[in-house]
Amino acid sequence: MPTSVPLNWYLILSAILFGLGIAGFVFRRNIITVFMSIELMLNAVNLSFISFSYQLRHVDGHIFSFFVMVVAAAEAAVGLAIILTVFKNRATLAIDDVSSMKN
Amino acid sequence: MQHLWLIPLLPLAGFLINGLIGKRLPNFPVSVIAVASVALSFGWVLKTLSALGPLETAHVEHYYTWFQSGTLNVGVDLAVDRLTAVMLLVVTGVGLLIHIYAIGYMAHEGGYYRFFSYMNLFMFFMLTLVLGANFLLMFVGWEGVGLCSYLLIGFYTLKKSAGDAAKKAFIVNRIGDFGFSLAMFLVVVNFGSLDFQKVFDAVRPMPVEQSAGLLTAIALLFFVGATGKSAQVPLYVWLPDAMEGPTPVSALIHAATMVTAGVYMTARASVIFERSPMAMDVVAVVGVVTAAMAATIGITQFDIKKVFAYSTVSQLGYMFIACGAGAFSAGIYHLVTHAFFKALLFLGAGSVIHALGGEQDLRHMGGLMKKIPITFGVLACAWLAISGVPGFSGFYSKDEILMAAHHSSPWIYWVGVVTAGMTAFYVSRAMFLCFFGSYRGHHHPHESPFVMWGPLGVLAVLSVIGGWCFNVPHYLAPMFPLAEGAHDETLVYISVAFGLGGIALAFLMYVVSPGIPDVIANALGPIYRLVYHKYLVDELYGAVIVSPLVNGSRALLWRFMDAGLIDGIVNGTATMSRTVGGVLRLFQSGSIRSYAAWVTVGCVVLLMVLGVMAGGVQ
Repeated sequence: MPTSVPLNWYLILSAILFGLGIAGFVFRRNIITVFMSIELMLNAVNLSFISFSYQLRHVDGHIFSFFVMVVAAAEAAVGLAIILTVFKNRATLAIDDVSSMKN
Repeated sequence: MQHLWLIPLLPLAGFLINGLIGKRLPNFPVSVIAVASVALSFGWVLKTLSALGPLETAHVEHYYTWFQSGTLNVGVDLAVDRLTAVMLLVVTGVGLLIHIYAIGYMAHEGGYYRFFSYMNLFMFFMLTLVLGANFLLMFVGWEGVGLCSYLLIGFYTLKKSAGDAAKKAFIVNRIGDFGFSLAMFLVVVNFGSLDFQKVFDAVRPMPVEQSAGLLTAIALLFFVGATGKSAQVPLYVWLPDAMEGPTPVSALIHAATMVTAGVYMTARASVIFERSPMAMDVVAVVGVVTAAMAATIGITQFDIKKVFAYSTVSQLGYMFIACGAGAFSAGIYHLVTHAFFKALLFLGAGSVIHALGGEQDLRHMGGLMKKIPITFGVLACAWLAISGVPGFSGFYSKDEILMAAHHSSPWIYWVGVVTAGMTAFYVSRAMFLCFFGSYRGHHHPHESPFVMWGPLGVLAVLSVIGGWCFNVPHYLAPMFPLAEGAHDETLVYISVAFGLGGIALAFLMYVVSPGIPDVIANALGPIYRLVYHKYLVDELYGAVIVSPLVNGSRALLWRFMDAGLIDGIVNGTATMSRTVGGVLRLFQSGSIRSYAAWVTVGCVVLLMVLGVMAGGVQ
């Protein structure tokens, strides 16, 4: 990794990605888009972990990001299965329509 | 071991059986169980007493240690000595007769099993009171009979007056019990024991106290207890109202046994009382004031049971005169004869009331002598006995008391003699109004069944012969030495003259010329009305004690403390939770995106706070 790129830049990129993820999660209505936004946030966090890990010459960040990836993979499997079932049953992917648990 | 525990436990068994399954049983087995339990108890008393022989010293049985705290050791101990023996015979004997009588009297009442189970429970507590070998066990019985008195006064649960009377009896007795408890505390603190034997052995060597002191305080506090239970001034007000209960209850609890518990207790603690002349004077004066005051009220009442209730208060006053004069055995003597003739008076009155279908007002009776002759016959025995006619039981005991009173202070004797005259007068008045003249009521009178007049007959015999047949002072002589001094014949003649004079005066006023009482009542005007309204004592207590308490409780305890402070705290907590929850509820919109937004905002705020706390962004 070229040493000329300072740590702050990675962190700023990570923050921007995280912010985009939040924005997508909060404002989008399509379940798949919301799901992708969550993945985006997770990867933004991963980027921060790797950057710090490199900066501090410490392996913990790597381990954490592997954990996050494993959890994200599992989550993707379960989440996509749920989305498929929801679509089969409701014929919609609008997140506000799937609110029968409310009230 | 004589198995003394069987004596109180048998009625308790009757109570448990009748109380638990009596509701499902018909009347006959209920009455058999109730009467049999008391009869067995009576039989066991006879067996025990015959086995124990002369009883020169107390026979004590220790069952187990109730509790032990430091050096204080209170056991469940029962004891029999001569005083207890007399009480046991009176309680179980008269109690048995009244139980039998009640079978007939209560036959048509609802709650038959309830009545008999309460009566059995009463017998249990009364026998515990009498048999207990320490003050605490006596107190258990003392409180227990109070409870049963409450339950039985309020037996007619649908009558408000009965409920009020029951509460009054219970609350007034609390005042007395408070004195009893304080006395027990003083005994524990100073003698380290509650056993009669140990306490009295510790007291005996102590000198006679000339003024206020430890023994005087203990004696007076015990006497406060006695004034409550035995209806003495100033706590007598509950007893006349207690006549709301069924008549057998009035006879058993409020004439023959429970109300005499105070006299028994005073006699039991005689060792303490004798060493405090001041307490003895207080006892005698309270006794004589009660006797005279209740007798005057008794003259003016028209409810037959009220007349006898005031008579009971008055006669209890006599017993305390005897105790105050140091003649405890005379007090117990009168207790015994009074149990016979007053139980008979009440049961006879019950028989009259039963015959007239519930009528209690003397003004609606009259001329019943021919209609219910057996009741008249037995009541006449009680009448002559309470009036002190020579040969009848009341004469002997009253004579003993007046003799002792004259020995200690003559003015008490003279008040007592006048009261004896009034006693004869008001009982005769009730008798004449009830049985002589012409019938003034409407209900058709009928004689009571055998199950009722049978016990009355036994009591009538006892009222006649009880005086010379049971020489109680002689029997109790080992415990209470007989009074020294000559038997003054003149004093006897004077009291008999007053008694006969009372009867004669009543005969003149209510049979010969029935117009006289109204003339006298009108002539005396305000005084008559004052006495008729019982010296306005109830009204005085109401104004001085009850209504300040009620109003104070209403304003301070209810409106301010309860409704204001306590409810305020509780309601305030609820209101605060609701307000805070109302705000927090706005966050719980149910929209997942708003939650996410709030989480983000929260994180940002938290990070900013942490950043500022860490010294700001560098």
